[in-house]
Amino acid sequence: MDWTALALSLQLGALTVVVLLPLGIAFGRWLAVTSIRGRSVVEAATALPLVLPPTVIGFYLLVAFGQGTWFGQMWRDVVGRPLVFTFEGLLLASVIVNIPFAVQPIQRGFEAVGQELRDAAASCGMSWWRAFWRIELPLAWPSILTAMVLTFAHTLGEFGVVLMVGGSIPGETKTIAIAIYDRVQAFDDAAAARMSGLLLLISLATIALSYGITRRTGNRRG
Amino acid sequence: MVLRKTLALVAALSASLALSPAAKAQDEPIIAAASDLQFALTEVATAFHGQTGKEVKLTFGSSGNFARQIQQGAPFEMFLSADEKFVRDLLVAGVAVDDGTLYAIGRIVIVVPNGSSLKADGTLGDLALALKDGRLTKFAIANPEHAPYGQRAEEALRHAGLWDEIKDRLVLGENVSQAAQFATAGGAEGGIVAYSLALSPEVSKLATYALIPNDWHEPLRQRMVLLKGAGETAHDFYEFVQSPAARDILKQFGFVLPGDTT
Repeated sequence: MDWTALALSLQLGALTVVVLLPLGIAFGRWLAVTSIRGRSVVEAATALPLVLPPTVIGFYLLVAFGQGTWFGQMWRDVVGRPLVFTFEGLLLASVIVNIPFAVQPIQRGFEAVGQELRDAAASCGMSWWRAFWRIELPLAWPSILTAMVLTFAHTLGEFGVVLMVGGSIPGETKTIAIAIYDRVQAFDDAAAARMSGLLLLISLATIALSYGITRRTGNRRG
Repeated sequence: MVLRKTLALVAALSASLALSPAAKAQDEPIIAAASDLQFALTEVATAFHGQTGKEVKLTFGSSGNFARQIQQGAPFEMFLSADEKFVRDLLVAGVAVDDGTLYAIGRIVIVVPNGSSLKADGTLGDLALALKDGRLTKFAIANPEHAPYGQRAEEALRHAGLWDEIKDRLVLGENVSQAAQFATAGGAEGGIVAYSLALSPEVSKLATYALIPNDWHEPLRQRMVLLKGAGETAHDFYEFVQSPAARDILKQFGFVLPGDTT
């Protein structure tokens, strides 16, 4: 069992959730209430990482973050480390590919709150911020939790993008999914089997958790 | 209530940010190595640790991919390529400290998994027969586009006059270690891989092999190089790979060493 790789994956998953959560809530709520003209285009762009092959995303990230690009150069000048093949680069890539997993459930959650309730809160003299904090957020809460669970689970399983922008560096970019691939190539089937079994368990637990959340919400509504 | 719990969860997740792996205390260089060294270099690193107490982190893959990643700024301190060209490219690109050192010369073998209908015949005679009588469905080599061992395999198949016929039945490994895995896992009748892999205990229990004549292909002159920014441990490891102890290990894995006859 490659504990370093497992710890790295868990950390990457947790940090992706931490970074995406505020962005996902702000963006998801905006999408839920907005009526601007280009809304469907914005929604389509948000969903893009769902259908785009991971290698395509990986390629563009490599081209966009590499040493030869202004962004890659700027990052290096400011942080002192390159962005590609580092944990930070992996985190940025992970945030980008997880946008739909975070934004879509949150958007549905805020849509379900309904305009009538928002209007009612406003007519009772509640400030926007207070209504958001005391009414909208608690109602959308199960959806937000679903978004967090999905983002975390998807990060653990991400392979293609990590392979392309990560470079399989132990303790830095070698996630558990990559470690399994490496172990198979090293003819170490026993280690690959242990790690695969663990990922299977984690995935099962995640799905059970997200179903549990959905069912509780259903009961409350019904 | 639920809200507060989740805020606590988010706080806990944020705390893990502080434990980000970016903070590296000791000098533990990351070393990129051609995947034909998968088993041999792991032993060399163990011997290095035994002698000096220092650790290196090894990562294996295709030399071509590593060369590209290094040019893109991957934080490796040393690179052991399976051929010379990639090291020269890195020198030209200005990321290598010099033109490096020749550390080994590799050989290729045909491997045949136990129970395959194919015979391990180094002159590829049975491979030619198997192509004609339909015994051969799949044959594994490393991707010739970026893996040196794949390029040498292609040259050997061309030398034997089999390339055009076998092209459609090839399965390509991303690197030579994956090619060996494809060749021995049972999905293919065999493959052409690195001698060093065929000699490892992991592969030799799954398959038999035969050496392919070394004048059938360009030599696999394997060169290593220190990269700009390499620290003290990387320099020590670079020296250690050229020491008698490391040379003995490389020899056990079938490498011909520079300066040795044969």
